[in-house]
Amino acid sequence: MAKVQLHKLHIRLGERDIIRDLDLQVEPGEFLVLLGPSGCGKSTLLHSIAGLVEPAGGAIEIGGHDMTDADPSERGIGMVFQSYALYPTMTVEANMSFGLRIAGTPRDEIRRRVARAAEMLQLDALLARKPAQLSGGQRQRVAIGRALVREAGVFLFDEPLSNLDAKLRAELRRELKLLHQALGSTMIYVTHDQVEAMTLASRIVVMEKGRIQQIGTPAEVYERPANRFVAGFLGAPAMAFIDGEVDGAGHFRGDAIALTPAVGVLPVPAGAVVLGVRPEHVAIRADGPLRAEVTLVEPMGNHQVVWLRCGRHALGALVHDMRSFAPGDQVAFAIDAARVSLFDPHDGQRR
Amino acid sequence: MSRSIQPPALDRDVAAPVQPEHGPEQGPVGPAPLPARAPVRGRSRRRRWNPARIGIYVFLLGAAAFFLLPLYVMVVTSLKPMIEIRQGGILALPHAWTFEPWRQAWSGVCTGAACEGIRGGFRNSVWITVPSTLLAIAIGAVNGYALSFWRPRGANLLFGILLAGAFVPVQVMIYPLVRVMALAGIFGSLPAIVLVHLVFGMPVMTLLFRNYYAGVPHELFQAARIDGGGFWRIFLQVMLPMSLPIVVVAAIMQVTGVWNDYILGLVFAGRDNLPMTVELNNVINTTTGTRQYNVNMAATILTALLPLALYFFSGRWFVRGIAAGAVKG
Repeated sequence: MAKVQLHKLHIRLGERDIIRDLDLQVEPGEFLVLLGPSGCGKSTLLHSIAGLVEPAGGAIEIGGHDMTDADPSERGIGMVFQSYALYPTMTVEANMSFGLRIAGTPRDEIRRRVARAAEMLQLDALLARKPAQLSGGQRQRVAIGRALVREAGVFLFDEPLSNLDAKLRAELRRELKLLHQALGSTMIYVTHDQVEAMTLASRIVVMEKGRIQQIGTPAEVYERPANRFVAGFLGAPAMAFIDGEVDGAGHFRGDAIALTPAVGVLPVPAGAVVLGVRPEHVAIRADGPLRAEVTLVEPMGNHQVVWLRCGRHALGALVHDMRSFAPGDQVAFAIDAARVSLFDPHDGQRR
Repeated sequence: MSRSIQPPALDRDVAAPVQPEHGPEQGPVGPAPLPARAPVRGRSRRRRWNPARIGIYVFLLGAAAFFLLPLYVMVVTSLKPMIEIRQGGILALPHAWTFEPWRQAWSGVCTGAACEGIRGGFRNSVWITVPSTLLAIAIGAVNGYALSFWRPRGANLLFGILLAGAFVPVQVMIYPLVRVMALAGIFGSLPAIVLVHLVFGMPVMTLLFRNYYAGVPHELFQAARIDGGGFWRIFLQVMLPMSLPIVVVAAIMQVTGVWNDYILGLVFAGRDNLPMTVELNNVINTTTGTRQYNVNMAATILTALLPLALYFFSGRWFVRGIAAGAVKG
């Protein structure tokens, strides 16, 4: 368990500034997820914490020590990569013990740590195998085991589940969460998958273009997105955005959609706004004040997503019962005005 | 198996028991998975003897004969006594088989002043080739590794210069190199010729290893860095053990290149270390008495035997190595 602090971190790759003046504090024992689209700098940020990328400015502190210029192996970190990055010519056991052997750890201690990690990850039966003889899920377990035996204060994960198929991904995701509960170590996890971020994180850092857009618990980030980027990036189906304006009483009026209950936190400054509506804020019900036409129905098994056209807008609606809809149906619906988000139309910030 | 050479697959989505590769033609064994396939296969079997295919075989056999005929002439001539050779009949098989020309070529024929055969040249060539190959591979591998993973400042520029060096004709460099060697006091010695071969082999060796390591995921290197590996440990314990395929290719290229060299050996090796190719030339150009065609042929085959055997047993690797060097830049 170690604390990680980044002060005014500045990273350049070639001629480009990837990250500028970034401050971030990771609390001991926290599961922090760096979330963002590809190219947002989240992997670069993780690599700089690992010491694989040299920062152009700023400071990195791990466990209370300045590690800005320290060698990767001296930082007290373990890291898991997307491509597993197992040493192909070594057995599973040799893969896991490689770092300890370099560090000159006594043989008994190496054996104890490898055995412990192998037990936690159910690798006992695979210790003598080579990576080529393992499945993808097993390989990633070995890679996690290789990080575990270091008994580091901070574990870094660089999209560790992206190469796995959907079923394995969900399985290993749960294992990772259990592992975090068992170890209590600080974990920093990079992903572009919002489901991984929501399920694993104690806090999510949403990044775009090298800047932190929002930091918060999964619920905060999802329910109260700080700006339109965060709002649109999280949630599937995505949030719908509707241009309009609010009056002083908080009544929203836009093309074909008007909400009579007050929206947002009163008092709302009157003027032009963008209304953000998630599919679960839309309820199709006979007594709803708004009208729309069904354009598409996506059955999901335990629920269905019904797409509505209302004026110029396409809105998704989550339906949890077995009512059946067909394209072309005219339906009435309501929008939960208490839960929607309001954004500034110019800078996209939350109102 | 015409794939270019690749580092071992580390990841991707290949599942546990690695499946044997099978091409589109799996042979007739097993039930055809799709009924639609059966007629296609039947047609392809009938197509085996259409005119185009016959034409291909005629061409291939003709080409093979074109290249094999000189070899055939060399072999039969080397097994004939001189009296039969003078009668003509260059394609005829020997009446009286004899291995005397081979014995002569190996241990009796005159190479200039001495008459001890070309076995001395063989020994010299081995002495030149072994260190030239081992050192070239070792240095080339370290170069390629450093260029691919450590990327020192100006690495690309250095690599560019090295590659440009590969295109400078050898002849241009001979005189300056002679001067340098003379200045260093090693001209005409075994170290001189080995050094020259190292210099001229370095661009290709470096290119081969650099391209091979470029195919290794950078994350593997990063993982080793986090595990605490330094420059040499990562090279020796992680990268080198997975480099066997490219080491084989590099060895084949360097051995054949050094063994077949004539001009560098003639200039730099010195009188005591002349390689087999130079000795062979001395044998054939010695014009005392009658020309012993059978001995000349035997000596030539002996000289060509090592690269010939190398190609024969590892031609597949060699082609892959060329592909590895050419396809990926």
